[in-house]
Amino acid sequence: MIVFRLNPSSGVPPYLQLAQQVRQALSAGVLVPGDQLPTVREVVSQVAVNPNTVFKSYRELEREGLVQGRPGAGTFVLRRPDGPPPGTHARLAKGLARWVDTARTAGMSDSAIEALVRTTLDRGEAVA
Amino acid sequence: MTALPITTTGLGKRFGRTWALRDCTFEVPEHSLCALVGGNGAGKTTLLRMLAGLSRPTTGELEVAGRRPADDPAFLADVGFLAQEIPLYRRWTAEDHLAFGAHLNPRWDGAATRDRLRRVNIPLERRIEALSGGMRAQVALALALGKRPRVLLLDEPVAALDPLARRDFLGTLTAAVADEDLTVLLSSHLLADLERVCDHLVLLSAGHLHLCADIEEIVAAHKVLTAPARETAALERDHHVIHVDRTPRQVSVLARMGIGPIEDGWHVEDVGLEEIVLAYLGRTESREVASR
Repeated sequence: MIVFRLNPSSGVPPYLQLAQQVRQALSAGVLVPGDQLPTVREVVSQVAVNPNTVFKSYRELEREGLVQGRPGAGTFVLRRPDGPPPGTHARLAKGLARWVDTARTAGMSDSAIEALVRTTLDRGEAVA
Repeated sequence: MTALPITTTGLGKRFGRTWALRDCTFEVPEHSLCALVGGNGAGKTTLLRMLAGLSRPTTGELEVAGRRPADDPAFLADVGFLAQEIPLYRRWTAEDHLAFGAHLNPRWDGAATRDRLRRVNIPLERRIEALSGGMRAQVALALALGKRPRVLLLDEPVAALDPLARRDFLGTLTAAVADEDLTVLLSSHLLADLERVCDHLVLLSAGHLHLCADIEEIVAAHKVLTAPARETAALERDHHVIHVDRTPRQVSVLARMGIGPIEDGWHVEDVGLEEIVLAYLGRTESREVASR
């Protein structure tokens, strides 16, 4: 089960914060299809928000097709959000750290590295 | 169709020659968590005590859970009230209070009350005087919920609690609203808590009602407009100006937007609930100063 938290000073509406935390848990594989989301009662007693806030965030996730509410039973995960499978981010980050190390050893400054990354992204095509 | 949980019409209360509350007409929708805000002496406690049937209105009418307190003995079963000073017997345990509650209330739900206290780790066998302020507040709330009221009135229940105890208290309260057929009217000065927990707001200032609406609608309806120093008369024709801040170079207006257009030159921004409430409270002060 996932643990929700709210950052009151973030400026992001609470219902979007909750929805984002579910998406993150889905991307990271903490929640998988078939899992039940915490009930509204469980969430509100944990983070002390208005019950409607939780309804609204679950409806938002439902609209995105990620979860499904079953009357009388609860809200269940349907699928992961689009994007790479869990672990991809960590793997790529490691590879990038190695590359940055190589670039620095070769004498490139951080701003030169940033510029290179930018140019590569802007080229918009895979480098053979 | 069931009656609205709370309706008042022209409600007023006078103490001697002073009006504590005047001409107060509003309704609270079913199943809402409604915040009651206002400065000290704005009339919040006066209003709550009349709604709880503890004090008679000087003028006007009120109904809570479809009943009038004065002429209906069944009124008390449907309405819970938790006063500011947390009324518990110091030498009794929570368990003693539960037994007492079961004895007094026809719809008493002992299992749910015990369950609520267990979730927040309240020792049921310890005397109230040996419990922390947060624990006492939880006991009092659980007792008020135990009678299964349709409407629960809370007068600054979290004012004396530390942040953690406050969150636990509000967690128990929101969970009760999620579970039961319950409407809550809750007075507090802690706007950040209220914004998070409540979906409706009643705003009193100096004995008058200024706002009663859905919080999202309130936030959507108010804007801050800024511009280099200029007159606000044109703006005030189409929009409801709440508060004006002026410097020699700039003017900043908090307004409830009407349907008319906004003249060119105003920079319009969204504004949070806290700033909106402060603008209303500040407005009344300046109005009183002006009328003296």
